[in-house]
Amino acid sequence: MEKKVLISIKNLKMYFPIKKGLFGKQVSYVKAVDDVSFEIMKGETLGLVGESGCGKTTTGRTIIKLYEPTSGHIIYDGVDIAKFTPTQMLPYRKKMQMIFQDPYASLNPRMTVADIIGEAIDIHKLMTGKERMERIHYLLNVVGLNSEHANRYPHEFSGGQRQRIGIARALAVQPEFIICDEPISALDVSIQAQVVNMLEDLQRDFGLTYLFIAHDLSMVKHISNRVGVMYLGKLVELAESNELYTKPLHPYTQALLSAIPIPDPEEALSKKRIVLEGEIPSPIDPPPGCRFKGRCRYAKPICAEQDPEFKDVGGGHMVACHLY
Amino acid sequence: MERLLEIKNLKTSFFTHVGEVKAVRGVSFHLDKGEALGIVGESGSGKSITMMSVMRLLADNGKIVDGEIWFNGRDLVKLSENEMQKIRGNEIGMIFQDPMTSLNPVLTIGDQLTEPLLKHKKMPKDKAIERAIEMLRLVGIPSPEKRIKQYPHEFSGGMRQRVMIAMALINEPKLLIADEPTTALDVTIQAQILELMKELKQKINTSIILITHDLGVVADVCNRINVMYGGLIVETGRTTDIFYNPKHPYTWGRLRSVPNPKTLVKERLKPIDGQPPDLLKPPAGCPFAPRCDYAMRVCMTHMPPLFEVGEQHKAACWLNHPDAPKVEAPVGRRHV
Repeated sequence: MEKKVLISIKNLKMYFPIKKGLFGKQVSYVKAVDDVSFEIMKGETLGLVGESGCGKTTTGRTIIKLYEPTSGHIIYDGVDIAKFTPTQMLPYRKKMQMIFQDPYASLNPRMTVADIIGEAIDIHKLMTGKERMERIHYLLNVVGLNSEHANRYPHEFSGGQRQRIGIARALAVQPEFIICDEPISALDVSIQAQVVNMLEDLQRDFGLTYLFIAHDLSMVKHISNRVGVMYLGKLVELAESNELYTKPLHPYTQALLSAIPIPDPEEALSKKRIVLEGEIPSPIDPPPGCRFKGRCRYAKPICAEQDPEFKDVGGGHMVACHLY
Repeated sequence: MERLLEIKNLKTSFFTHVGEVKAVRGVSFHLDKGEALGIVGESGSGKSITMMSVMRLLADNGKIVDGEIWFNGRDLVKLSENEMQKIRGNEIGMIFQDPMTSLNPVLTIGDQLTEPLLKHKKMPKDKAIERAIEMLRLVGIPSPEKRIKQYPHEFSGGMRQRVMIAMALINEPKLLIADEPTTALDVTIQAQILELMKELKQKINTSIILITHDLGVVADVCNRINVMYGGLIVETGRTTDIFYNPKHPYTWGRLRSVPNPKTLVKERLKPIDGQPPDLLKPPAGCPFAPRCDYAMRVCMTHMPPLFEVGEQHKAACWLNHPDAPKVEAPVGRRHV
């Protein structure tokens, strides 16, 4: 695979202010994404995993500028788009698209499928009339639906079919990069595999680059070339997916991976599970030092004082932990 | 082994304005004391409705049309609502899927936890609170004396699910029904809850029925598994039989459609194509036949019976008929 960087995220921060009182005095911040840096190569799938509240979805939404980043750089194909105005963003919106988690909430119930898919085509003034309709029919075929579905409304479809409509909408403007935010977690298991296979086919056929955000660790491993693990707004580990799953370095990654239920009764019996005590602390004004120290088996005094640096420990395996 | 629960030919339907939805279409199984049984299936397979029928907690338009539910020597189908209330929360405890909505937001955790004790055991209030605190400690909630006075919104998802488990177990029920108890939780919290359930099973010797769509969860917790599809049990057996020597194409499909996190070579997933059957008009033959790679002519017209394929192992597929063509199962690594 060619190793060309498509997107480079540098020191990205996304803080949400917490306001209190009549005049909305700002009292503190939710540090949803706190100084995250990584690169996405052209044509690859980068997985992003972590538990609820770790900032993986916010990272995705900030990259596509659904939020205005607090600071940091989002360099897309050599151009820093972090400070771009909506007008400046318009050409980039054509290149970056998103597939959302909930296929029931992300489609407007009052629009027909054709209008949902065609909306982006209209906004970017790509096609009109017959050509536009042909494109919509083509897209429906690409995602395994047929052209008769174009004039129906979202409620007439099952969850898996709706997610296909969401994917067709993302493909409508011929993007280069798609953020898949938990695209399969609302679907039944037998349907999940259908959608994952389709995403893989589309990547091959259209040369797409994916950022695949999910909490299902086995599915993320299956689809991703590299996987990043987030904890409380920080990226704690990033490596090639087999490497990460066989040699996890960060104590949090180790615990997270050991918690995956293995669909094999004998292995489940023999497996030693690292059960983490407690839960993710609040991201409001987190204390200095390593965010994971309170739940970490290996915590040392230095972990409370110094934020561990996110560094390469060999072969592109990045980890933020004082053990390494 | 002593029988705790025996379900015979249970049929449950919902009567809607478009017609009768046959959600459970003749299900029979049993559960012994101290056993953990998994019920696996996708949405609409009838797994939750089967257990809701046992609890007699069906929606107003739902009805047990036929069958018997023998629990501890009594047929629950025939009991009055009053008698049923004496069983719910007392002899049978239930944990629901969504810990965020199954607690009452305007009552304290203490009020909700002591309710079954006050109601069923007629325990004095101070004793009940003592017991509730003890129970919260057992499920791993720190400083329970303080937490008992708090409201559900002050608890996180994992903590609420622990409260639900404490509530379901507080009267030491003979049977615990857990309907997707960890689906709404993160994987590290799921690990905590599963460990807790296994530990409690040992400590209080409760029988467990675990309803889930996650094969990893059943592999971890259950001794036996019922695989449900289209309102029927299509395969039943010990956990090792189902994973290592499955005999139904739907089970094969399910086992193949999830990636194994242990494999290093990337293999393409094998989805089950098509959609589950419409239970308004259930098919005459095998409900899985339209999606099945191995379907024969007989499958479309005749429902296969549960063929005996091993000790405690049955599968409802015509491939197990002596005259059927021999088919090599595409999954099941070891033959046991």
